[in-house]
Amino acid sequence: MSRTYIIKDNSVENRLFLNRIIVAFVIILLLTSALIVRLVYLQIVGHEHYSSLAKDNSIKIKPLVPTRGMIYDRNGKILAENMPSYSLELIPEQIKDLDDTLKRLQKLLNIPDEKIQQYHKQRKREKRFASTPLLMNMTEEELAKFAVARPFFPGVDIQVHLARHYPYADLASHVVGYVGRINETELKTLPVAEYQGSSHIGKIGIESSYEAQLHGKTGYAEIETNAQARAIRTVNAVEPTPGANLYLTLDIDLQKTAYDALDIYNGAVVAIDVKTGGVLVFASRPGFDPNPFVVGISNGAYQALNSSDSRPLYNRALRGLYPPGSTLKPFVGLAGLEYNAIGTQHRIFCPGFYQLPGVSHRYRDWKKWGHGSVNLNDAIMQSCDVYFYSLASALGIDNMHDFLQQFGFGEKTGIDLVGEKAGLMPSRDWKRRQRNQSWYPGETIITGIGQGFTQVTPLQLARAMATLANKGNIVTPFLVDKIVNADSTTHGPEIHKGTLPVKQENINSILTAMVNVVHGERGTAKIIGRNISYQIGGKTGTAQVFNIKQDAKYNENEIEFKLRDHALFIAFAPADDPKIAVAVIAENGGHGGSVAAPIAGKVIKQYLESDNEN
Amino acid sequence: MRTETRREQFEPPSALGNLLRKLHIDVPLFITLSLAAMVSFVILYSAGSQNMGVLVRQAARVGLAFGLMTLLAHVNPYQFKRYSAVLFSLGILLLIAVLIMGQIGKGAQRWLDLGFFRFQPSEMIKITTPMMIAWYLSEHSLPPKWKQLCIAAVLIVVPTLLIAKQPDLGTALLVASSGAGVLFFAGLSWLFILAIIAILASLAPIVWHLMHDYQRDRVLTFLNPEADPMGRGYHIIQSKIAIGSGGIYGKGWLGSTQSELDFLPESSTDFIFAVFAEEFGLFGCVGLLILYLLIIGRCLYIASQAQDTYSRLLAGSLSFTFFVYVFVNIGMVIGILPVVGVPLPLISYGGTSIVTLLAGFGILMSIHTHRKLLPN
Repeated sequence: MSRTYIIKDNSVENRLFLNRIIVAFVIILLLTSALIVRLVYLQIVGHEHYSSLAKDNSIKIKPLVPTRGMIYDRNGKILAENMPSYSLELIPEQIKDLDDTLKRLQKLLNIPDEKIQQYHKQRKREKRFASTPLLMNMTEEELAKFAVARPFFPGVDIQVHLARHYPYADLASHVVGYVGRINETELKTLPVAEYQGSSHIGKIGIESSYEAQLHGKTGYAEIETNAQARAIRTVNAVEPTPGANLYLTLDIDLQKTAYDALDIYNGAVVAIDVKTGGVLVFASRPGFDPNPFVVGISNGAYQALNSSDSRPLYNRALRGLYPPGSTLKPFVGLAGLEYNAIGTQHRIFCPGFYQLPGVSHRYRDWKKWGHGSVNLNDAIMQSCDVYFYSLASALGIDNMHDFLQQFGFGEKTGIDLVGEKAGLMPSRDWKRRQRNQSWYPGETIITGIGQGFTQVTPLQLARAMATLANKGNIVTPFLVDKIVNADSTTHGPEIHKGTLPVKQENINSILTAMVNVVHGERGTAKIIGRNISYQIGGKTGTAQVFNIKQDAKYNENEIEFKLRDHALFIAFAPADDPKIAVAVIAENGGHGGSVAAPIAGKVIKQYLESDNEN
Repeated sequence: MRTETRREQFEPPSALGNLLRKLHIDVPLFITLSLAAMVSFVILYSAGSQNMGVLVRQAARVGLAFGLMTLLAHVNPYQFKRYSAVLFSLGILLLIAVLIMGQIGKGAQRWLDLGFFRFQPSEMIKITTPMMIAWYLSEHSLPPKWKQLCIAAVLIVVPTLLIAKQPDLGTALLVASSGAGVLFFAGLSWLFILAIIAILASLAPIVWHLMHDYQRDRVLTFLNPEADPMGRGYHIIQSKIAIGSGGIYGKGWLGSTQSELDFLPESSTDFIFAVFAEEFGLFGCVGLLILYLLIIGRCLYIASQAQDTYSRLLAGSLSFTFFVYVFVNIGMVIGILPVVGVPLPLISYGGTSIVTLLAGFGILMSIHTHRKLLPN
């Protein structure tokens, strides 16, 4: 066995170490000299240059704020613009007695106490010589009053700047969104340089999703000022680049038709161009006026909006989750054909209820005495529940889940708006993961008619409808068609299309059945099929808001409006060459056929008729 | 043969000398460090807009730091050596813990919240890394061989990467240089040092690729600050204006206009040297650099007098790292180095960095005051 011993030669180590200490000290001296040389350069050679730069208030760098891009609809109508706005601003350092000045201003212009407090709060955040606004969006009267009294208010001035204005107010508030003052959380994550001097930022909707494009690039000016902080001349300036103008696929006139057609109902209408995926209508009712948010909405007004039962701030088209009800049936029917669970001529006898073998529970049809013998076409046209209970049972939840997911149920559509909800397409796996429960056969049955766990957004429904009408070519909805910069034009988002692996003949059978819903003798939406020169395909739906007890009677006159069923309708037109797909949800509307279908009918009519004119 | 008793016969013990010996305090180091702390108070009063609250908080930290320094000076260096590996491993574990917590909390995380106070493991690793490497190398003969170099390299790279990932480039740099310092004093061959420099230079593009956007911004801004005067370049431009306008004699205490008018950002922390340079001019700057050189000189002297390999390597590395601190901060403020978040040691406001720094000086004092008197 051998062992290694560490033999240390102490004198060598000593010499080596002392050597290194000396070298280290020499390096340190050299580097320190480098620092001193640089200091000499800055403080002696460059002293005069830097002194002139530093001389009390000599050169200040002032950000030049870019003009925010405009937002237009598909026909060039203005949805968001910039209007001159006058604000009263104070430079505290030039005011001898701030409290006295504020008191006199308050008296002159009748400023509420709340504004004064807001002013004090904001002033603390600003830099010392910055001017802080006291009043925004001044009226002509206020302007005139102050103009007369101005000599008595040194350090107080009127500033003109551009403020965002939304001419259509509540009509497109959810989709266009609004800008508001940058808050402290946003300040932390924003690029400091880009937002020097910018006071507003997109909060929701397109204004928020396309903030980067709309904002533009901040420029700056180096300004020489005198001791009183007055600008003498601009030494050097880099002009700001204005934000890009956005052209949406939205048709604001069509949006108005849809919004007005919803009338007394809360709800949403989404219409999509089947060929491109461009969103034509994105209406959520009730809307709200976004203009007060720009200047800073008062606390009371905000609370009123926020606590209203009808939830106007809620974007139902994008985030509203509803059971699809019978509007899911065409897709379930297609699944049946694709999985060979049924043929188009397969018939079922509907006695008005459905029972699972060996279970006494009756799944009721909406038609108490039943539809009799029905095939797929009849079942879709008359919206027979029993047919789809039976089909769902034959397909099983796994097949249904996998097939319907392809149409985008349970997934975000990928529209260019932030905050989209994914909805829910239930599966065995989901229930085990989320609820730690096994799947029950009864849940499969009701999934077949769009009840149970399934939840969809109006946007998802419209998208699924468009994909079906587009013969299985996947449609991805988008809102921004063109981004027009000062020097270039970019077209809307790249759309990754694909085609679903579904047989054309099967799709055609379903679309034909949907045409019969509107034009067939016994169709559930035949009231909109009269007196039109083209054919519409559609499907009505009714989504239960609350469960009815077994054998209990549902009498809509007796129950409270709030608990009435939601009315749904999906449609496409014209049937021979689909151009538009629509989804309508009228909350508590009761019947899809009588309430939701006419709304879709109006939208389709206006779109196809104006289309023919062009 | 000289013994302690005989020495006392030659130098009659004064009451103060006795006290200092009992306190294990190195007088020259103590005086220069106290001077630096005073400079810190003077300049903070000005840079912090004459806010007494700032001074009080800084005084509390400095007091704590001097306390810790005295405490560590009492510990026998043998104990540092003995626990080097344990302390280093503990530091690495804490760094990993911080990183994992940061990933859970989504975002940069440097702190470990211990309830009653927040602890920054990267500060601890600044001292334990050189301790670990000094211990490892001192167990072998010097200069280090290939195998030892490879292991030492791993011991440096692991904590450096963990800290860079936080991301805290400044501290990562200091940890790496403290480890490299040990290797340098251990007698790493010059050929090898040149080779490492060459390799690092060729790695630059890869590092560039791995950097965070904001880190890249800083480098780009350093290369051309005027390209972005509203954003990243603002710090450096304003800092140069403040320093340059100070001239030879400066504008006098409380006379800085740039930090007063809020042109100079972070004037109390990383950019405090710019305020100092504006108020005290070239003379003041050179004076401050001389003070730093005195501290470093004394530290290197202590290293040269250390009696065992571990103490020497550790003392040498701690001294060298202190200089890196000074050089990186001042270099960045005067615009010859990119902006990395390193405070001016002993002077900048806040941070736990002053506690760690003085802990390092405590170890140096321990090394010096625990020497055994050997025969000449």
